[in-house]
Amino acid sequence: MNKYLQLFLTFAKIGSVTFGGGYAMLPILERDVVERHGWVTREELLDYYAIGQTTPGIIAVNTATFIGYKHLGVIGAISATLGIILPSLIIISIIASLLVNITDSEMLQHAFAGIRVSVYVLIIHAVIKLSKSSLKDWFTISLFAIVLLLTLLVNMTPVVFVVGAGVCGYLLYVFKKRGESS
Amino acid sequence: MIYLQLFYEFFKTGLFAVGGGLATLPFLYDISDRFGWFTESQLADMIAISESTPGAIGINMSTYAGFLTTNVTGAVVATLGLITPSVVIVILISRVLSRFQNDQRVQAVFYGLRPASTALIASAGLSVMSMDLLQLDQEQLIERVDWMSLALAVGLFILMKYRLTKHLHPIVFILIAAGIGILFGMGS
Repeated sequence: MNKYLQLFLTFAKIGSVTFGGGYAMLPILERDVVERHGWVTREELLDYYAIGQTTPGIIAVNTATFIGYKHLGVIGAISATLGIILPSLIIISIIASLLVNITDSEMLQHAFAGIRVSVYVLIIHAVIKLSKSSLKDWFTISLFAIVLLLTLLVNMTPVVFVVGAGVCGYLLYVFKKRGESS
Repeated sequence: MIYLQLFYEFFKTGLFAVGGGLATLPFLYDISDRFGWFTESQLADMIAISESTPGAIGINMSTYAGFLTTNVTGAVVATLGLITPSVVIVILISRVLSRFQNDQRVQAVFYGLRPASTALIASAGLSVMSMDLLQLDQEQLIERVDWMSLALAVGLFILMKYRLTKHLHPIVFILIAAGIGILFGMGS
C-alpha cells in the first residue's frame, strides 16, 4: 500500500474511534502509531503533546501533524492531518443535515456514560505506560509530581507548566555541566 | 465571498486558540455575534454533539459551524481554515527540531518537558475521572460516588492489565464500555 495512503487511513481510523478530543486520542496513538507501526517513539509522542498544548490550534491536529511529519515529511504531515479530520467532516455533516439532535437519544446517553468511563481509564492506563519512558530519576519524578499537583489545584494554562519544565530541564543540564568542569 | 470570509474567521480561530478544542469556544461565540452565521443556542447543541461524536472536539465544532453557515462546502472550508495555521506552525517547529534534535541543550529541555507532559495528560484523565465518579445528588445537594461507574472503571482497568486481554485494541474496551452503559442504563 502507498505509504501516504497508509498514514492517511491510520489517522482516519483514529479520528473515527476517538471520543473526547486530543487526550482521548492518546491511548489509540500509543497502540497504533507507537507499538504497531513504530512511526514515532513514546518519548516523541510525549514531546508532541507538550508542544501541541503550547502552540496554537487543536491538540489532536497538532499531534497528527507532528507524527506525519516525523514519519514522511511535509506530505506525511498533511496526509495524517487530513486523515484525522475526515471522519469528523463526514459524521458531523450527516448529523447537521439530518437536523436531529442525537444527544436526545436515551440509548446513546447510556452508551456515552459507559464510553466516558473507558476514555479516562484508557488515558490513565496510557499515562502509566508513558511514565516508564518519562519518569526516570528523582528529577523527572519530582517535576511530574509538582506539575500534577499544580494542575489539579490551580487553574492555569498548560503553557506555563510546559515552559517552566523545559527551563528546569535546561537548568539541570547547565548545573551538571558545571559540576563536571569544576 | 462568504467562503473566503469563513476561511478567514476560522483561520484566525486556529491561530489564536491555544490548548485544544474547547479553547475555540470564545472565538465561535464572537463569530456568532458578528456574523450571525449560527445562533448561540445552536452553539450549545454543537458542543453537546461535538463531545459525543468521534473526532477532535474543535474539528467537530468547526465542521458543524461551517455546515450551518452554508452547507458541506462551508464545513470543509471552515475546518481547513481552522487547521491551516497549526499545520504550518507545527511543520516549521518540526523542521527546527529535526535540525537540533541531537543538540544536548535541546535534549535537556525535552528531558524536563516529558514529565510535565505526562503530568498534564494524567491531570486531564484524573479530572474527567473525578467529574464522572462524583455526581452531584440533585435532591440532597451533596457529591456522591457513582458506584456503577467506579465498578466499570475498575473492571476495565483489570482487563487492560490482565495477561489474556491486555493486548486488545483500545477500541474493544470502548465498545465493551458502551455496551455495559446501555445494558445497565448508566448515566441516568
